[in-house]
Amino acid sequence: MLAKRIIPCLDVRDGMVVKGKNFEGIREVESPVALAARYNLSGADELVFYDITASAEGRALFADTLKEVASRIFIPLTVGGGINTLEDFDRVLKCGADKVSVNTGAIADPSLIGRAARRYGDQCVVLSMDVKRVDGRFVVFSHGGRRNTGIPAEEWAYRGQEEGAGELVLNSIDTDGVKDGFDCEMLQKVCKKLTIPVIASGGAGKKEHFLTLFDEVPQADAGLAASVFHFGEIDIGDLKCYLSQNGVHVRI
Amino acid sequence: MIAVIDYGVGNLFSLAASLKYIGAESVVTSDERTIRDSSAIILPGVGAFADAFAKLRRGGLARVIKEEAADGKPLLGICLGMQMLFERSFEYGEHEGLGLIPGEVRSIAPLTGALKVPHMGWNALDMRGHSPLYKYVSDGEYVYFVHSYSAQGCGGYVSATCSYGGAELTASAERGNVFGTQYHPEKSGAAGLKILRAFSEMA
Repeated sequence: MLAKRIIPCLDVRDGMVVKGKNFEGIREVESPVALAARYNLSGADELVFYDITASAEGRALFADTLKEVASRIFIPLTVGGGINTLEDFDRVLKCGADKVSVNTGAIADPSLIGRAARRYGDQCVVLSMDVKRVDGRFVVFSHGGRRNTGIPAEEWAYRGQEEGAGELVLNSIDTDGVKDGFDCEMLQKVCKKLTIPVIASGGAGKKEHFLTLFDEVPQADAGLAASVFHFGEIDIGDLKCYLSQNGVHVRI
Repeated sequence: MIAVIDYGVGNLFSLAASLKYIGAESVVTSDERTIRDSSAIILPGVGAFADAFAKLRRGGLARVIKEEAADGKPLLGICLGMQMLFERSFEYGEHEGLGLIPGEVRSIAPLTGALKVPHMGWNALDMRGHSPLYKYVSDGEYVYFVHSYSAQGCGGYVSATCSYGGAELTASAERGNVFGTQYHPEKSGAAGLKILRAFSEMA
């Protein structure tokens, strides 16, 4: 039986892991290599790195960071941030990434998903979506959650799957950083017609939130979080023990 | 020296890095001489069977690997590399494989009912017998899978299975000096490193 996955997410800028609230108020925390090593030891099932650098120097630094992590940590690594072309896929895969996550780049050109899937395989292409409630509907936002695309989330998720995405990350802008639980209502609605694995993101504040997620959204294969792990509010080892005791199948 | 076969399929960064990490000497190569001179061979691979096998054959590497395995050299196929060890695959048509282990590769979709395909994520090994590959890991160890096809009809050569959607999928198989893992040991954390160490010690 497949285990439910617990995935820490590391936003990296200029070689450091950063985390803010509701997509704003960024502050620095620590070295991505040290943090990744700690997560690996505590039982993280996968790591996600988002490159939130704007400069060329920062991008080169990110590549070095990624290589260092991939040389020391042997669990699946997903990389996202600024992926707009097949060359971008190539650039991060060469540094040791296993999966590449696309967001704004795929909204600008949906054919990117299919082209990448044909070249690197479906398993390599992760469609990441930032979703927000607008007038009672779930809508996709681009550009790091700043721009309303007007695209209904259910529609875009299904389109991504049909284009060839092998996995989907659903991040709720409404619950991101609020620490009051995952956006189960959104997840249930958007997951409904999907057959690819889904990673739930945004809103985890305590262990119980992961249990609620897996109970209420059986389609969710994984729970992703950042700050609660970075700041030690939830220890991944403790979390997995807790989930296991409560009947959730996890890798321990 | 372990030869990691480079035939233009997939990403070898993690495999090379993991061998280095456990202190096993390895070289990523497509050179016949280097492969002949190696003490063990790893055949990696992701993607579609037909395309990958054509690439392996084009460079004459399929013949070299077959001969070296027949000669008793330890060989480890990983993921698609494992699937190529069998007699044939039915992934988009029917294609001949290396034929080093009896059995064939078929879609897992009819076996797993309504569950998601690909089978992607961490699953537990259910070991059959005592494989030398598993001398440092115990039954129930979790490893990382990503695949839509699996080896079937390879009965006595199965060294571990994993349970998915009511089906027992072949997780690994072996015949003498030839080993195959459907999962990725280079992505399976500490357990995967132990499995690679066991293989590297056969070199």
